[in-house]
Amino acid sequence: MKPSLFDYVAPRSVDEAISLLKEDSGAMILAGGQSLIPAMNMRLASPSRLIDIQNIPGLAHITVGNGKIAVGAMARHREVELHDGAAAANPVLRAALGHVAHIPIRNRGTVVGSLCHADAAAEMPMILVLTGGSVLVAGSDGRREIAAQDFFQFHMTTSRQPDEMVVEAQFPVLPPGAGFAFEEFTRRHGDYAIAAAGCILTRNGAGAVATVALAACGVSSKPLRLFAAEQILAGTRLTAADIKAAGDAACAVVTAPGDMHATAGYRKHLFASLVRRAVEKAAARAQ
Amino acid sequence: MARGKIKPKLPQSSDDPRVSVKLTVNGEEVTREVSVRMLLSDFLRHELGLTGTHVGCEHGICGACTIVMDGKAARSCLTFAVQASGREIRTIESLADPDGTLHPLQQAFQDCHGLQCGYCTPGMIMNILSHLESDAEIDLSDAGVREILAGNLCRCTGYQNIIAAVRRAADHMAPKAGQE
Repeated sequence: MKPSLFDYVAPRSVDEAISLLKEDSGAMILAGGQSLIPAMNMRLASPSRLIDIQNIPGLAHITVGNGKIAVGAMARHREVELHDGAAAANPVLRAALGHVAHIPIRNRGTVVGSLCHADAAAEMPMILVLTGGSVLVAGSDGRREIAAQDFFQFHMTTSRQPDEMVVEAQFPVLPPGAGFAFEEFTRRHGDYAIAAAGCILTRNGAGAVATVALAACGVSSKPLRLFAAEQILAGTRLTAADIKAAGDAACAVVTAPGDMHATAGYRKHLFASLVRRAVEKAAARAQ
Repeated sequence: MARGKIKPKLPQSSDDPRVSVKLTVNGEEVTREVSVRMLLSDFLRHELGLTGTHVGCEHGICGACTIVMDGKAARSCLTFAVQASGREIRTIESLADPDGTLHPLQQAFQDCHGLQCGYCTPGMIMNILSHLESDAEIDLSDAGVREILAGNLCRCTGYQNIIAAVRRAADHMAPKAGQE
């Protein structure tokens, strides 16, 4: 269980990192390494060159302002989890981060690294989709912003180009008065989700649903927004029948095949329950 | 060809790109030239002879290789030695006094029978130590201690005695009234 050979470089600037990426199509960025190094140890990944970005200044920030939480490429999961400003601005981040592996892994792993790894069962990609966030990408032609919906393409696949590097993730703050919830099921604490659902909703003065966002991970080839279930809930007063209908509709997106952890049928059943719980919990928290 | 003439063409040294690393391990500064792909766990064990850090799964699941890096628990099997350059590492070897007196956390493991085969214990102890020594308050409820231990697998004890050891150590290491 040792990685195959690679070249190692530790650039001092983002521009230098990008030109190193451009030179070598087999190169990969190393941030915290908590997904990449296990993949290398098992030789599932064999990058020809590792570009270690830990010495690049200005990438470890966590800032709250302009309606968003900006998380730099070297900000660790645990730093974001313990950041009181980020938790106040959007508590769904802290709620989900508690499910990301274990504390020693979160001490090293980065949020942006998890987004770029794009595991379809990982929590933080789903939170980016749920909150309607985006990533800021630097390339040879300057910087561009990619919305979460366009960023995640498939298992371990994003729309980042080979000569681009994600320098920041941007999570919108929770809308005023909104309720939130993150519900996940795993066999063991810290595992990737067998299924998970997140919900952010606001209610109008009469108690009806004004806005609602629902998202899922672990059930498909990428993190998903649950648009059909959202449409069912919009404008309702969240009766038990409304919430059940939303859970049933959400099941239609489950395409993950049965595996050693869950049969396809079990995962659908489980996922409907998680969606219902997420909606109920978010509704109770909404003002 | 006569059999005796066949000689294996084994390389005398590896072709791995090498890199110089300089870090502090248990208070001592060390400098080594190592392969860029050398894991920190192997660096500690093979280069420095600190075999108290155990290697279990080598993909971050078991926690046996946990060390403390800049005050925080980390997996040494999921860190390249070169990534640890310039950092401060603590391993299990730093805990007991030179005369063999155990650290309160080690003593608590012994007193509470928190280990059987002992393979997971160095990783357990370094992880718990990072929490006991941090400024953040520790939740000593069952759920709180289990959250701390969640990243360390033990196949012998059933964890109950380890939880007891964490509480005992927290009690012993807490500043006593009047000493602060």
